[in-house]
Amino acid sequence: MTLEAHVVVQRGSLGVDVELSVGDGEVLAVLGPNGAGKSTVLRVLAGLLPPDAGRVVVDQEVWDSTDRHVPPHQRSLGMVFQDHLLFPHLSITENVAFGLRSRGMRRVPARAAAGPWLDRVGLAGLGDRRPGELSGGQAQRAALARALVGDPRVLLLDEPMSALDARTRLAVRAELHRHLGDYAGSAVLVTHDPIDAMALADRVVVVEDGRVVQAGTPAEVARRPRTDYVARLVGLVLLPGTGTGAQVALDGGGLVAIAEDAAGPVFVAVRPESVALYLERPAGSPRNVWPLRLVAATPHGSVVRCDLTGEVPLTADVTATSFAELGLAPGADVWASVKASEVAVYTR
Amino acid sequence: MRRRPDPGVPLPLLVPALLAVAFLVLPLVGLVVRAPWSSIGPQLAQPEVGQALRLSLVTASLATVVSLVLGVPLAWVLARSRIRGRSVLRALVTVPLVLPPVVGGVALFLVLGRNGLLGRPLYEHLGITIPFTTTAVVIAETFVAMPFLVISVEGALRAADARFEDAAATLGADRWTTFRRVTLPLVAPGIAAGAVLCWARALGEFGATITFAGNFPGTTQTMPLAVYLALQRDPEAAIVLSLVLLAVSLGTLLLLRDRWLGRGSGQGIAA
Amino acid sequence: MRKSRALLVLPVVAAVGLTACGGPASGTAAGTASSSSSAGGDLSGTLTVFAAASLTDVFGDLGDQLMAENPDLDVQFNFAGSSALATQLTQGAPADVFASANEKQMTVVTDAGLQAADPAVFTENVLEIAVPKGNPGNVTGLADFGDADLTLAVCAADVPCGAAAAAVFADAGITAQPDTEEEDVKAALTKVQLGEVDAALVYATDVQAAGSDVEGIPFPEAEQEVNDYPICVLKAAPNAAAGQAFVDLVQSDAGQQALADAGFRAPTS
Repeated sequence: MTLEAHVVVQRGSLGVDVELSVGDGEVLAVLGPNGAGKSTVLRVLAGLLPPDAGRVVVDQEVWDSTDRHVPPHQRSLGMVFQDHLLFPHLSITENVAFGLRSRGMRRVPARAAAGPWLDRVGLAGLGDRRPGELSGGQAQRAALARALVGDPRVLLLDEPMSALDARTRLAVRAELHRHLGDYAGSAVLVTHDPIDAMALADRVVVVEDGRVVQAGTPAEVARRPRTDYVARLVGLVLLPGTGTGAQVALDGGGLVAIAEDAAGPVFVAVRPESVALYLERPAGSPRNVWPLRLVAATPHGSVVRCDLTGEVPLTADVTATSFAELGLAPGADVWASVKASEVAVYTR
Repeated sequence: MRRRPDPGVPLPLLVPALLAVAFLVLPLVGLVVRAPWSSIGPQLAQPEVGQALRLSLVTASLATVVSLVLGVPLAWVLARSRIRGRSVLRALVTVPLVLPPVVGGVALFLVLGRNGLLGRPLYEHLGITIPFTTTAVVIAETFVAMPFLVISVEGALRAADARFEDAAATLGADRWTTFRRVTLPLVAPGIAAGAVLCWARALGEFGATITFAGNFPGTTQTMPLAVYLALQRDPEAAIVLSLVLLAVSLGTLLLLRDRWLGRGSGQGIAA
Repeated sequence: MRKSRALLVLPVVAAVGLTACGGPASGTAAGTASSSSSAGGDLSGTLTVFAAASLTDVFGDLGDQLMAENPDLDVQFNFAGSSALATQLTQGAPADVFASANEKQMTVVTDAGLQAADPAVFTENVLEIAVPKGNPGNVTGLADFGDADLTLAVCAADVPCGAAAAAVFADAGITAQPDTEEEDVKAALTKVQLGEVDAALVYATDVQAAGSDVEGIPFPEAEQEVNDYPICVLKAAPNAAAGQAFVDLVQSDAGQQALADAGFRAPTS
């Protein structure tokens, strides 16, 4: 089963123009900041929003084109919403059976068919409860069962974990991973959390301002981000520049030495943990040393993330111990150094 | 145990609220105080009283049913559809609220009367006349009371989270199924509140009824009409009848509250 | 209610009020004296007339006429139901003239001894059958009110026109088959005007006032329940002279003509 879509739609001042392709059993993550148009794309795929142009085709069946719009209830799809949207007046079993009932199954067989799904998502025995009586994680599992119960061709997940607390999110993510592995149709996951995308998706498209800015496997996107947004998400400092031999002249000024030769427009990516800080210019004259100023320091787990300005704006992660030993405070002048071998370079 | 004033109500709200209660309740107290309690038994024993009360309850309930059947779909159209001229439509729906009921009664004559736009063909071809029948009472009450239902149901529909309807659509439910199985249960408390308002308004309806349906004991004389005419002859009897109407309507509403709204009130709609 | 020149006249009212208090006793003498008031111009102050609502149009015109003849006179009316007016008078409301739509309410006033002289019946009103223009129900007389196939309106027994109707039916031995018992005569008449009833039992004056949409059918049985309209000047009248002049005007040929034009008829007794 495949989903091919070209979604063109104007939402207020945001023009969305996104092309997607999802194969059999594949999970595509649509990653992007809030307001980038991700959910709009998903609503178009669901049929809740007719596109201004473009087309949506599933297994050669046209769902949307210039002269055709299949209403949502005639599309073979399941959708999981951010805040589960379980019907508050129905029991969990009735919620899960809803799709079967509305597609014509009688009440009793529909309830019977819902049972195994409750078992699969770990809600056995909770079928008679109302959504209000479930925890957030349980409700989201029920919502997943409700979306999957009809064995739809397309599964749409709209920020399915953003309403959960961190601990629950971890557990639900693991289960979702398992269910998506079993799922034979095409799945589209919209998220602003790169960990969701990395953990669950086979491929990622990054959407900013209504356009696809990067596409690839999660590993590719994580290793070689092409926008500041993705770089920040995956914890990299991204510096555009022009390569000449073994060094890159940054667009913002400054030179960065690299391990391999590069030519033409490139991205330089630096991991914060590979940046070392000193109070004095370090001995041994490493090639990448810059005098910078510390503008902000925020604790980040066992490290302190230091934002630096100057010739080469960087972010450095130093251990809390070293941070204390150096006696750093915002406004301090420091020397930052990075080994050339720790610098990633790839063409723009 | 000493009771302190409820710290939850700020003074600028508490004072007007108490004034409002006094304003609404004192006339009632007046009725109760001035009621001729000694003669209340013989007053109630009059067959016309039971007749008028029964007719009032039956017609108000029928008017509420008609209002539900027609008014809930209208509220949906006003709240959810994208048809043009919706704001004009909403304004028209509220016309009976501002129209003096007597004028409403005359207007009903002009449409459904023997010489009315629809009434004339009905009369000439089918021999059906609507004025001065119990049907006319129900029509007059529905005309005046239905806007109350429509407006409160429309408000409930607007307040309800429309994304539940999206969710139902992605689960294969067409709009009618969605309305039946999702929207309707979600706004049920709003519909119940609207129906209560509608019923209460229909029960107290006077002007449109006496104009369009006339006043005849047993067929069209509802309690408010009986009260008004009693007022011409014997104000004390009018007070007694008013109290009976009041007691019965309050009793009915309290009973329904326990039956319908007693449970599930804590079950909100997830935001 | 009419209000004109009220401010200018105020001091005069006080003066006239005082003199009226001084010599109220001989009502009849005052009446004869001012019977030639149509030559007029000598009345001043404020004249207050309490009159039954059915007299609104006729008395309004007569009041205007009196004011035209007496530029210094201001005539004010209080039109309401006769019983409400009688209650107001017994509660001490200041007035010069009381005109009631029935003997009963006048009796309330005379029983309280408020009259300056015995009331006189100045006009009569009788029930009439009102039918829509063209008389679609082919109503011919009171007996038709026993026809269950016709759509018929009467006044409810609780209100005066209903009481009169009930008495007429009882006298005639007719079991009325009304479809509606109206709360007042105007409501009954509205239904005739709209053509929604075949006939209604109302007063002749109401038929007259309803205009061309309504036709009146007099019937002999109405003579059993003639409604007499008595009028009198009140003992405590602040402006007894003007009050008597108004009563005279009502009883004059011009007054009687105005009443006849409105559907009233001259007193028979």
